[in-house]
Parts: sequence; C-alpha cells; structure tokens
Amino acid sequence: MATEVLMPALSPTMEEGTLAKCLVKEGDKVKSGQIIAEIETDKATMEFEATDEGTVGKLLVAEGTAGVKVNTPIAVIVDDGEAYSAAPAAAVVAAVLAAPVAAVSAPAAAVAIVSRASADWPADAPMKTMTVREALREAMAEEMRANPNVFLMGEEVGEYQGAYKISQGLLDEFGPKRIIDTPITEMGFTGIAVGAAWGGLNPIVEFMTFNFSLQAIDHILNSAAKTNYMSGGQLGCSIVFRGTNGAAARVGAQHSQDFAAWYAAIPGLKVAMPYSAADAKGLLKSAIRDGNPVIFLENEILYGQSFEVPDLPDFTIPFGKARIWREGSDVTIVSFGIGMKYALEAADLLTKDGISAEVIDLRTLRPIDYDTVLASVMKTNRCVTVEEGFPVGSIGDHLASTIMQRAFDHLDAPVVTCTGKDVPMPYAANLEKLALLTTADVVAAVKSVCYR
Amino acid sequence: MATKKTLEKSNISKNDLLQYYREMLLIRRFEEKAGQLYGMGLIGGFCHLYIGQEAVVVGLEACTKEGDKRITSYRDHGHMLACGMDPKGVMAELTGRAGGYSRGKGGSMHMFSREKHFYGGHGIVGAQVPLGAGLAFSDWYKGNDNVSFTYFGDGAANQGQVYETYNMAELWNLPVIFVIENNGYAMGTSIKRSTKSVTFFGRGAAYGIPGEQVDGMDVMAVKAAGEKAVAHCRAGKGPYILEMMTYRYRGHSMSDPAKYRTREEVEKIKSEKDCIEHVRDLLTQGGLASDEELKAIDKSIKEIVNEAAEFAKDSPEPDLSELFTDIYV
Repeated sequence: MATEVLMPALSPTMEEGTLAKCLVKEGDKVKSGQIIAEIETDKATMEFEATDEGTVGKLLVAEGTAGVKVNTPIAVIVDDGEAYSAAPAAAVVAAVLAAPVAAVSAPAAAVAIVSRASADWPADAPMKTMTVREALREAMAEEMRANPNVFLMGEEVGEYQGAYKISQGLLDEFGPKRIIDTPITEMGFTGIAVGAAWGGLNPIVEFMTFNFSLQAIDHILNSAAKTNYMSGGQLGCSIVFRGTNGAAARVGAQHSQDFAAWYAAIPGLKVAMPYSAADAKGLLKSAIRDGNPVIFLENEILYGQSFEVPDLPDFTIPFGKARIWREGSDVTIVSFGIGMKYALEAADLLTKDGISAEVIDLRTLRPIDYDTVLASVMKTNRCVTVEEGFPVGSIGDHLASTIMQRAFDHLDAPVVTCTGKDVPMPYAANLEKLALLTTADVVAAVKSVCYR
Repeated sequence: MATKKTLEKSNISKNDLLQYYREMLLIRRFEEKAGQLYGMGLIGGFCHLYIGQEAVVVGLEACTKEGDKRITSYRDHGHMLACGMDPKGVMAELTGRAGGYSRGKGGSMHMFSREKHFYGGHGIVGAQVPLGAGLAFSDWYKGNDNVSFTYFGDGAANQGQVYETYNMAELWNLPVIFVIENNGYAMGTSIKRSTKSVTFFGRGAAYGIPGEQVDGMDVMAVKAAGEKAVAHCRAGKGPYILEMMTYRYRGHSMSDPAKYRTREEVEKIKSEKDCIEHVRDLLTQGGLASDEELKAIDKSIKEIVNEAAEFAKDSPEPDLSELFTDIYV
C-alpha cells in the first residue's frame, strides 16, 4: 500500500516551511526511523524521519521548495516491490477542528442571593478563653492525635519549639518523626512535602513567615495546586501551608508583605485567613482534613490576642462561609485577618457619628462567600473593603468588581477599598506607620461612601 | 560494539532480553508515531521524544516491584510505557482527547497514573527531584521497603533544589534513587558549556550519597546498576545516584534548530551505540532468536502503536463541562 509523506508541523504555530534537503531519491529503500528530509522554518530546522518501511515511490516536492504548507504530500512511500501509481494514496488527513467554546462568563442568572452566614456553634456551647497561638496549636495537636498520617515540618518547629511558639510542646508529644525540623531550604522541603502528600500523607508545612514561601512558590502553584487538574482528578494533594503573613512591626520590606490576594488568585488552592482564635482553630482543623492544598495565613500581631473559643470536642469551621461580626444598616465593611481589627474598631467609632456599620469577616478567600457580602450590600447599599495588602489586584478590587457586576443597582456610592500603601514597607517608625492601614483610614472611607 | 557483553557473563536470560527488546522497541516506535502525529497537527504544544534513551527506563523498570514509584520531567513518554501504562491512553493524552490518562487536560508533559505509581510528567525543570524524594518520604514514614525512582536530566542537575533535596534525602535516609539521564545536552546547551564539573554522580559525595556512572545505552549495564541501587535503598541505607550516560537522537522538542551538535555526532552514536541494535545483535549473534522471531515482535509492536494512534485519533475531545472539573478533589 502506498503512503503519502506529508509536510510536518514542527511547532505549535507553524503553517508552512521549506523542504531544505531531501536525503533520499526515488527508488531508495527506507527504514522506519531513517532521516529522509530536512525541513526548515524561521524558527528551526528539523530532520524528518520515515515512519514506515518501504521504497520511495515518488518525490512530489523538489528540494529547496519554500512555502510548502503543512500537510501537503511531499513524497510517496510504496511497499517493497510495489510500483508507484499516481492514484490517490491513503493519505491520513488531520481534521483538527477547534470545538466552539461555550461562553463561560455569562452574566449570572437572577437567583436569590441569601447570606450563608449562620451561627458557628450552638448558643449553649461551653466556652473557654484562648489566644490565637493556643488555638492553632490545639488544632494541630487534635488532628495529629486523630490521624497518624498528619505531620508537621518546617524550620525550627521542633527543638526550638517554633519560631513563634505555635508548635510549642508538640515535639514532646509526637516525637521527631512527626515534628520535623528542616534545614533552611524552603523550595526543597516544600517539594518533599508535596510528594509526601501524593504518597498518601497529610503534611502541614510551616513557613517561618510567608515571605519565605516565595522560595517555594513554584511547588505551591505548579506542583500542589495544578496537579489534580492536570491528572484528570487522579492526584489530589492534601497539604496545609501555614505561617505568619503580613506586617509585624519594624521588620522592613522583605518581612512585611500580605500574600492574601496572591494565593487567592490561584485555582486549585484554598486560602484561609482567620482573625479570631475560634476561627483559627476551626478553620485549621478543616484545612488539615481537606483533600486539597490550603494556604493558611496567620498574623504575628494576632498570635497573642485572646478570644472566646467553644470548648467542643470536634469543633470545625467550614470554608466559604463568612461571619457577620456585627449587624448594621448604613454600610457594609468587609475584611479578613488583621484587617478585622481595624474594621471592628472603626465600626465602634462610627456609632458616635450615628453610622451603623455591618462588619463581615470573610475568613476564607478561596472560596469566598460572595452571597453573604452581596446580601449585606443589598441591605446597606454601601461597601468598604479593608485589607493590609497592596492596592493593585487586591481582594477589595475583586469584591468591588463582583459587587458592581451583581448588585450595581443596589449601590448608593462607589465601593471604596482600604489597603496598605503602594510602597515596600519602610523601616523608620514614622514611615511604617504611614504605610500601614489604620482604623482612621477605615473611618474616613466609610464617611466618604456615606457622603458625610 | 565496545559495550557489547555476552549473556554468559550476566544473569540475564533469553526471555529477559527478548522482553527488553520488546519494551525498548515499543518506546521507539511509539515515539516515531508521536512525531508523525505531531507533524500532522494531531498533537499540539510541546512534545519531547525519548528516542535513543530507551535502555535507561527499560533497564531500571526491570528492577522494580509493586509499590515502587517513579517520577520524571517532561520527556516522559518512555517512562510511562516502561512502567506498563497503556499506549492508547498515553497517545490519546498527546492528542488531547477524553481517552487520555488525564482526560486531555494534561498533555505530553503532564500525565500520571495512580495505578502504576507514575507521578508525572513535570514541566518545571528540576521540580520533580524534591517531589520524588517526597514520594520516598511517604514510604519511609509508612515503614515499607518501596523505592522511588526520581529521573532528571543533566540540565536539571544544575538546579539548586536538587542539592537541597540531596541534603535532606541523605539526612533523613530516604529510599530514593536519583537517576540522572545525562544525554549531553540541556535543550541546546552541551554540558561542556553549562557545567564545570561534569561527573554529576560525584556531586552526591558532598552529601554522603553514593553513586556511579553507567552506560545508559546498554540495558544490561543499566539493570545491573539498578539492582545495586535498589538493594541499597531497600536495605534502608538511604539514597543512591545513578548517572546514565545516554543520548537523545531527536531534537529537544519538535522544533529544534539542530545547530548545537553535528549530524556526524548523532550518526556515530546511532550506528555504534544504539540500545536496540545492541540487544538485537546479542539475540541474533548468540543464536537466541531468529530473524523471524524478531520480525514477529517488530510486527506486533507496530500493531500496538498503530492501534494506539487510531485510538488517539478516534477518541473524542473532552466534554466542554470538563473545563471546570478536577480543580479540587
């Protein structure tokens, strides 16, 4: 049987090329794998191999011909002993028709928007007071007791007892096989942890601060977040990346960055950023049990703050459910993490001016509880977002755009986004103060959207 | 052929040798077909062929047992076929179809099989090295004697994370075999132009990891070295480095300027060192297999590859609803 040899495509974008050299002549016997021609494009030269055995029956394109379109027959190979005939050969024609892609971002259908916020624990639950630090430690310890495949690795998590004492005491209880001190090699140990998760374990990776996660961000994004998708659902990655995030005090630009909007941008990751101790505990327990990679953003200033935490044996907070900290009627303030401190302080101050602010803590940034935010904005008709991160591409930007697209007719004022300033964090005390978000910024933003 | 060894000197049987011949030939014919389908526009994007390096994966897979894991970079088709993944599923992934291992969502560089313990298929050079050590970590943690084969090229061998991983693998005694497939070129950069000390296996010494250089064009030499490394790992002695001296016949990817090496160099290796011809010669010259037997094998391999290509062409594109599935478990 005769087989046509077609002009090959050499790259994703090639449409035509030059038959630079022909290394066989009519009547030559060729073997599978033998180089029969050289094809040139503006980008590359490639040797072109025969894929079948046979005899060159006919050369259809002369050596040196330029502008030969991809899939043009350039030669005919016939079986040994067979004569070439000009009758159409059994050409295989590639019919790669791009399927029409359905619109994926059509305007949302008009469905009723109902807040997902609800009580996180029964009203009569026993309560205890604990710091965020203690809550995080308790969450890890409880999950490690429940599941032998959960382990913690990171710099100084063991013998040093944690750079911020989150893992204090855990080495004593769980031993060095499950509380693993690593060398200072974020990229390496993060890759090892992701591989261990694929091998069936449930690692918790502590970054001493999330600033150092930049050394490992390739494994967080390209290895952990994308592989379940790239494998058609075969290779989920149950792993938690946690540590302190955002500014502390006077530690300069390299140690003072909020990565909330960065990680929240990535499909395949989940992102939590708790404010209270109850949320820190409940969300971290959910994160450890989750089959997906979770970014868990903590805050050094909040570590020592105390909150009421339900004293229940298996208390968790689900992802994607915001908490309404205080109800109000004039404006909605949306925040998360340490931003909640400023939001709540501002709401208190605003009552003196007769402004009733509803304060929502998103708690998780992927998934985001849009419905609770939208339902509140539809009630108050005004919205201010509060976060510590940089202004460009912030969570506030994303919320403002969502509110504009889904609740435009309900707005009485533009959404105002309160963020950190658009500068690397300065060291000098006065400049640092100026760069950081303040309660006064939030108060001013609320007054502006209330036209006061 | 300088590397030729007689069977009497090894513990390899005729059946073993026929098996290696079959597996290496499957990879070569599969890759030739993939190149052809790429030329026809049926395979898109990047496509890196394994032609020339077949002895490495076939020899090492001969040392594995159930539960052993493997991970590699983007030149991964050979590894998948050698560990027993279905050629149809691999080819259909190359064509981006629903019948592919990742249901068309991964492509040539991103394929996986939980069932065969194949963990990819990674497009970021060197990233698979700590990931492979992490797979070994999971076996160490669980206390079994499985081994993780972590393949990377001479190009990846200059990435910093490789050495972070060496340090932790030896520190924690992880059962990982680092297989450096040294084909002489990182894309178009020869090791002479990228690397001051060119014996990659020797770099393990700084971390206390033993290693050796192996003729990666000789499947029997590969297997012998693999057995030694596997025994080391299974005995709980920690990692081992195998530097496989091998050669890639085709370009780095489908579009390759072919200006960084001479045709004479390629032809010389093809004619003097080819791993498949080597085994073929052993079989025929030693009277272990007749031309007819080998022809029958060639024919059956061709049929398998043609069936894979037909499957890959006929399999439908993924349903549009697949766009939003598998982002989360």
